[in-house]
Amino acid sequence: MSAPGTRAVVAALLRKDLRIELRNFESVPAMALFSVTTFVLFHFGLQRDTLSGDLAAGVLWVTLLFAAVLGINRLFVADAEQGGFDAFLLSPADRGALALAKALALLGYMLVLELVAVPAFALLLLGPPIGQALPGLVLVLVLGDLGVAVIGTLVGALAVRSRARDLLGPLLSLPLLVPVVLGAALATKPLLSTPVGGLPLRWLGTLAAYDLVFALIAFALFDFLLED
Amino acid sequence: MYGKRLRALSLTTIATLTATLALVFFWAPNDADQGFLQKIIYIHVPLAIVTLCGFIVGACCAIAHLRTRDPRWDMRSYVAIHISLVFGVGVLITGSIWAKGSWGHWWVWSEPTLVSFLLVMLLYATYQPLRFAIEDPERQARAASVFAITAGAFVPINFAIVRLSTQYVHPRLGSGSLPGRMEVVFLLAIASIALLWTTLWRYEMTSKHAAAQLRTLARLLGGDEDDVPPRRSAAPSVTHLEGVG
Repeated sequence: MSAPGTRAVVAALLRKDLRIELRNFESVPAMALFSVTTFVLFHFGLQRDTLSGDLAAGVLWVTLLFAAVLGINRLFVADAEQGGFDAFLLSPADRGALALAKALALLGYMLVLELVAVPAFALLLLGPPIGQALPGLVLVLVLGDLGVAVIGTLVGALAVRSRARDLLGPLLSLPLLVPVVLGAALATKPLLSTPVGGLPLRWLGTLAAYDLVFALIAFALFDFLLED
Repeated sequence: MYGKRLRALSLTTIATLTATLALVFFWAPNDADQGFLQKIIYIHVPLAIVTLCGFIVGACCAIAHLRTRDPRWDMRSYVAIHISLVFGVGVLITGSIWAKGSWGHWWVWSEPTLVSFLLVMLLYATYQPLRFAIEDPERQARAASVFAITAGAFVPINFAIVRLSTQYVHPRLGSGSLPGRMEVVFLLAIASIALLWTTLWRYEMTSKHAAAQLRTLARLLGGDEDDVPPRRSAAPSVTHLEGVG
């Protein structure tokens, strides 16, 4: 039997993950609900009705990050508990395909989360209107999500077969994601200010570089986490 | 095997450290601006440099571990990160003291080097819990190596990014920024702290190695292994060391 092409394997794995998510609603609804609840918490915690500028960017990104941690913690649980890893290792597929499929799944979760979280944020907390900022914001969101997806895949695989995975997931991923939050928040800040500022290209470049470096690291190291 | 020439190394380290401290207090001039307080750079900065280099050494040993699958490389990586963590706590404490004396606050957020260092320490603080949480020794070793490499790459990248984000307050120490005597003592301080790190690394490796040999001997003498249940530990399992016994 010849090994299936990597693209076909990635597509099959991604379809499997998305189908499980669509049937069980394990991650994305919890992430979305969590983000809305966190916005409400920020309203009470900060005692502010509207936010703008750096405060708005910070609240948005910290909330998205914490919601992402929920998804990261659940990302590999089904594979570890129900034999998905073993089945995958028995197949002749390239192991990097699993990393790529998981990263794409997490990226998808983050994008769906943001479809809920960003309008909710604009409605509940954001002072300046979001319309003009939207094209730039989408770009920053995608770059931030890529970082979350890459680091989340590596950390999820690292933590999932340990005894304390629910603790280790956030403890490992949050420090690694600080540069993503930093870059994304600084890039978002002028977009949510009045008047709307330009997109800081320096921070977009930094975010993209960080995503790329950790994508390479995750791809290089992922194999070692699968072995038994 | 790690105990070889350990006595000579220890004596050299003690001599260098003593000489450096003597020079720091009696020979290096006081700083014109900060006075006596500035002398903390001879401890703080070398400690920070050696800590970060130790993390990088840990990452390199981890790469060797993943390539060769030799558990001794995992042990070297573990010990390097362990000692760097201890040194790192020293860096945070001395840095805080300096910040209080020089800027008036124990903690300064506008200071990228301090903030980056805290981030690196927060990340490495999860190294031991990660090991502790994985029971299978080989899987634990592999996960630890993956972590050590990722975190080792995170160290320089994180410093660059945090530096980009803030204005620059930290005194930079490029070559030529210190007057002659200070420069000499500063380089000597780096050398002596690096020696201290190496000595401690060798001591811990020797101790782990001796413990493994002792265990093998006990087993050979007919001691029943089941009498002593293996203690749960974050340290790599020494019974897996090759070339023991």
